[in-house]
Amino acid sequence: MSHFSEGRNKDRGKDGRGKCELSLTVNGKPETVFAFPMERLLDVLRNELGLTGTKEGCGEGECGSCSVLMDGKLVNSCLVPALQAAGANLTTIEGVAEGSQLNAMQAAFLECGGAQCGICTPGMILSASHLLNDKADPTLDDIREALAGNLCRCTGYMQIFEAVLQAARRRTVA
Amino acid sequence: MTEQHIIGKSVPRKEGRDKVTGAARYIDDMTMPGMLYGATVRSQIPRGVIKKISFDPQFDWAEFVTVTAQDIPGKNCIALIGDDQPCLADGKVNHPEEPILLLAHADRHLLRKAADAVSIEYESLPAVFTIEDSERPSQIIWGADNTLKTFLISKGDVDGVWANADYIVEGEYTTGAQEQLYIENNGVIAAFDREHGITVWGSLQCPYYVHKALMALCDMPAEKIRVVQAETGGAFGGKEDYPSIIAGHAALLAMKSGRPVKIVYDRLEDMTATTKRHPSRTRHRTAVSKDGKILGGEIDFTIDGGAYATLSSVVLSRGTIHAGGPYYWPSVRIRGKAIATNAPPHGAFRGFGAPQSLFAMERHMDCIAQAVGLSPVEIRRRNFLKPGETTTTEQTMHEEIDLGKLLDRALELSDYTAKRVRFAQRNKEGHIKKGMGVAAFLHGAGFTGSGERYLASVVAVEGCADGGVRVLVSSTEFGQGTNTVLCQIAAEALGLPYEDVRIAQPDTNQVPNSGPTVASRTAMVVGSLVRSAALGVKQTLIASGMIGGSYSPEEFRTACREYIAAHGELRSFARYEAPEGVFWDDQKYRGEAYASFAWAIYVAEVAVDLSTYSARVEDFVALQEVGRVLHPVLAKGQIAGGVAQGIGFALYEKVVWQNGRMQNGQMTNYIMPTSADLPPIRMFFEEMGNVHGAYGAKGIGELPMDGPAPAIVNAIQDAIGDALGTGFDSVPLLPEDIFDAVSAGGER
Repeated sequence: MSHFSEGRNKDRGKDGRGKCELSLTVNGKPETVFAFPMERLLDVLRNELGLTGTKEGCGEGECGSCSVLMDGKLVNSCLVPALQAAGANLTTIEGVAEGSQLNAMQAAFLECGGAQCGICTPGMILSASHLLNDKADPTLDDIREALAGNLCRCTGYMQIFEAVLQAARRRTVA
Repeated sequence: MTEQHIIGKSVPRKEGRDKVTGAARYIDDMTMPGMLYGATVRSQIPRGVIKKISFDPQFDWAEFVTVTAQDIPGKNCIALIGDDQPCLADGKVNHPEEPILLLAHADRHLLRKAADAVSIEYESLPAVFTIEDSERPSQIIWGADNTLKTFLISKGDVDGVWANADYIVEGEYTTGAQEQLYIENNGVIAAFDREHGITVWGSLQCPYYVHKALMALCDMPAEKIRVVQAETGGAFGGKEDYPSIIAGHAALLAMKSGRPVKIVYDRLEDMTATTKRHPSRTRHRTAVSKDGKILGGEIDFTIDGGAYATLSSVVLSRGTIHAGGPYYWPSVRIRGKAIATNAPPHGAFRGFGAPQSLFAMERHMDCIAQAVGLSPVEIRRRNFLKPGETTTTEQTMHEEIDLGKLLDRALELSDYTAKRVRFAQRNKEGHIKKGMGVAAFLHGAGFTGSGERYLASVVAVEGCADGGVRVLVSSTEFGQGTNTVLCQIAAEALGLPYEDVRIAQPDTNQVPNSGPTVASRTAMVVGSLVRSAALGVKQTLIASGMIGGSYSPEEFRTACREYIAAHGELRSFARYEAPEGVFWDDQKYRGEAYASFAWAIYVAEVAVDLSTYSARVEDFVALQEVGRVLHPVLAKGQIAGGVAQGIGFALYEKVVWQNGRMQNGQMTNYIMPTSADLPPIRMFFEEMGNVHGAYGAKGIGELPMDGPAPAIVNAIQDAIGDALGTGFDSVPLLPEDIFDAVSAGGER
């Protein structure tokens, strides 16, 4: 509970009633936010930290557009209460690139046509990265299985599979 | 033509980098100082009179901005084709989820509670929910007889064919509603001030549709309305007409409050309140000779338009024209009809009526094959349209299309013949039954008939002060690749690197009206205009002596900069002009329905598990002729995406209706295909050469939606239907439907 303090928000006026102070690390950077304990992590990221790359598609954990990595685990940020993220280490799409260089997964998505409208793309890239962290050399079935929680309505997934395979190949070579 | 450097290459998507880094700004990523959130109070009943609206006194309503029909400065309608749909219900409601009242507040959580605290008392009226009830008619709910629109296509002497027919084959086929299910819900932000008028930013396909609707609703001149498309997270037709409603709502709230107002729907509201694919019923009666040739037939194609006319007339038009498929009909009578029910209006969804009528045609071809005793392949081969023959609207096929050759290649790619033999043998045992199904189809590119002439689209291409080139169109990017392909075309026309060309954000203050981004028209129609306008820029520079007939990119950039320094602007426009000798009769529905057609043969391999009754597509071959493929990666993306939606349409996506309201408006209970559900989608292109679009491109976006459902259901029929004596004539076809059909078949 060391990342969470209730005491400091007493005088935060009307908007701050019931909010608490949370510390967390986002994309390698320590952050402190004031949020309602049951506020969705998704809203904290988007509204408090301005990280709008994380998207809301359904708000009930079906579409995976709000996927982020929390302590290395893939979570739907629309289902995670802010309080649960206290002290956590988070990676969002904004933290994926290596400086101004796209990472292997982003580059492969761009090249293979893995991103069309782009709204599922941030979640899809985090989900695919999570897979490669687990399994450096996944089979097509591994990919189909791992991405089944991330819905894409544009691509029919084929070019996303290609992108993940390509990123895996490049990462292996590198 | 000289060798092409950029056309045919898979250059990086223009906005791709922003999409893979999370930098792309969608409407819900934008906020404005002082912005309020808007919410919509909707009808809870399908049809009735509003008796009383009351507000829970527990709330301080003075904090809220409230808008009703009485606050509308202009006409209370969503101007589209007709004006029958109100922006806000005034005294009566005609469908569940019809907007009645709008609220705005700075706190979106409080807003939701407030919307629930508005109660509306109604006097209910009897409502109509099915095509059959509407036709009867048990109640008149629209116009004189519930008919939104009819079309009649009449070719040859149909009445004379029945006496000579060796076979008369009849069938009735139905398709269900389908949700577009773009992953980004609908949303807009509207701002208002007296000097500039209204500005709307939104997730939308057609900026000028919204522009037109706001002018009528807000009673403002064109120059006081500005519509800007934000990055748009999928649309598929679902953001063709509905954004005009949301923009209208946000604009009314912004005008009343004087503050910017954002309305972004959540998933449930988006699914239950906005448009879907029209449910349909098609009846075929076909006269066939003993050698399997179609002699003539009657086709009755009926769609459920919902409570208002909206786009139903044009959806019906396309569905009616496509109802005869890619076949030669010596005579045919096609009656198209759109009827009203008390459901939210159905609207545009990729394919726009064609997936419905082509499902019927392609299922019916298999039924004809069975009646005549020919294979599904052979019956199609004997009836394919050939160059020089005429379509159902008596359009002569000038394209050098060889559908027999296309069919042969698709059969080979799918190993159709060998597999069919093997499956027939294996299906004698075990509970997994496999089958193969074929669908042959076509899709007209661009607006129907005289549509493109009326649209008279305009595009501009300009040289910029930095030496680059900019394309100015209202055509929108929502995933298909509009930005990329139009820049490729301009770059190719000017002989410049792709990187030298950019595209303006669609903003009605900045870009001319290049028409709506619908109807598979952008690459073909708008692309051609972009090419013309780009050539105009080049000719201007040549005429001014700043470049010669051949030039390097650097010479072009220098010339551009110098021209602008001297003249201030270097802009070239192109306006659509109908090709010479094109004839279309809007009254008789006869003539050149489309400037060109894309053609395809799809083959599905399906396995049905008779212990779970689930059907699964195991392999899918999609072979198409779409003219020149401008960008292979994008083209494949269009096909795979369309096929996936088609698989959903066939096997997964069922809208459950109760009293005109969708009951399963969540991703939890409306099931679209996931990555684990789809077969390998194997895509192939045949380029047979076409004269029409820019560098020979035809439309591609909608085509892949048309074929999967009939190919899959034909395969299921092949796997189990024929053996059981059961017919599968409806989509979606869920396990429970297969169970019912098999049970009924077994009792026969």
